[in-house]
Amino acid sequence: MMSWDPLFAVPFVSGLLIAAALSTVGALLRLRNEWLAALGFAHLAGASALIGLAVHVPAVFGATFGAAVGAIIKTLGRFRGNTVYALMILAGWSVTLLVAANTPLGSVLGHAMVEGQLYFAGVSHLTAAGMLAAATVAGLYWLMPIVIRNRFFPGHDAANRVPAWRWLLAFDLLTALSMAVATATVGLMAAFALVFVPPWLAFRLAANWKQALLISLGFATNGYVAAFLLALWLDQPFGPVLVALLLIIASIMHAGSRRVDHP
Amino acid sequence: MPQPLLAARGLVTGYKEPVLGPLSFSIGPGEVVGLWGANGCGKSTLLRAIANKARIFMGDLEQKPGLTLAWQIQQPVRLDEMPLNGHDYLRYAKAGREPPPARMIPWLDQRLDTLSGGQFQLLAVWAILGGWADLVLLDEPTNNLDPEGQQTLAEILKTEQDTRAVLLTSHERSFMEQACDRVIEIE
Repeated sequence: MMSWDPLFAVPFVSGLLIAAALSTVGALLRLRNEWLAALGFAHLAGASALIGLAVHVPAVFGATFGAAVGAIIKTLGRFRGNTVYALMILAGWSVTLLVAANTPLGSVLGHAMVEGQLYFAGVSHLTAAGMLAAATVAGLYWLMPIVIRNRFFPGHDAANRVPAWRWLLAFDLLTALSMAVATATVGLMAAFALVFVPPWLAFRLAANWKQALLISLGFATNGYVAAFLLALWLDQPFGPVLVALLLIIASIMHAGSRRVDHP
Repeated sequence: MPQPLLAARGLVTGYKEPVLGPLSFSIGPGEVVGLWGANGCGKSTLLRAIANKARIFMGDLEQKPGLTLAWQIQQPVRLDEMPLNGHDYLRYAKAGREPPPARMIPWLDQRLDTLSGGQFQLLAVWAILGGWADLVLLDEPTNNLDPEGQQTLAEILKTEQDTRAVLLTSHERSFMEQACDRVIEIE
């Protein structure tokens, strides 16, 4: 059983900032029915982080570069729907395993990327997480009304000859940045769980949009704190503990909540 | 006579191939104009052409400089899960031109996915009509509306539109005659 050490402060705060950012970005991704984007960007981020590590570039920078390239290709290529994200997942998975099998770093780093290495997060991770949190707050203040308006009233921009690619690219880059920083810090599946599970529950329970954001934020951050402490206490890897905890709690609350009737 | 908000001259429009035209008409400030024609004659295509979503093959489509448009598509976007209530919906639509009609007030605190099809349709139309656009395009706004809903919509449209105009399509001829100042027949 491991105990709390002051050295855990940096990883703890890094992960907390990431959990808060992902829960909010995830709510918008779910509203746009683009939640698979998160998994696509995470796989690209994982692959490019591993390539970066092979040439001694910190994981957080390598991950961000790969995910950002994916976001630019997705926006400028005008891909619609989830097909492009499925391609990202396949490409990322393939590259990750090939790099892991053919570099001196071997499978250890590939495993760490998938499983997460939160307890080894350092100042670079904390800096990236802080920048992500700031970018999420600032970006969503501008982006959220545009994203929601375009979701429910498509064609408004085209009718008024307003170029949509600027906000689309900005949102894709924010998503990519979120998943890159998260993948390099908490691991691939933990990042995906933080972006997918809290909004899934929030969309079920919330009476309005503000509540949806708050439930998503509260569930993600509380779930993160509980998983962090539980993993330390039980001396277990953080990623699987977080995913299991979020799934168990969300499933119980989801099943116990009222069912919305769709007329 | 004030400058038209929109003027079409010999307009031929469609997608890969022409669907509609040639057609000439104009819409002035304060007018509510209906487009009437058989199914498949190109009414929605005309609205899409005005909204830059269909191709113009021939003719002119002239807009008053600085004209702002709002376009309601034939099936307003309705998701299985919509954790937004009516207030959220109208706020993000920027429908703050005037308060919603009294009939809609009780719906504003409800989640959108708990509204009936008719309630959601009327709210979706108001989200467009309650905005600040100079020209409002409504594609089959009577879809899912019961007679009472159609009456409410007709009353909304008959109220003073001030300087903005509305161009709508509908398969309900009686509604169109009740709600519109004039009807353009498409053959």
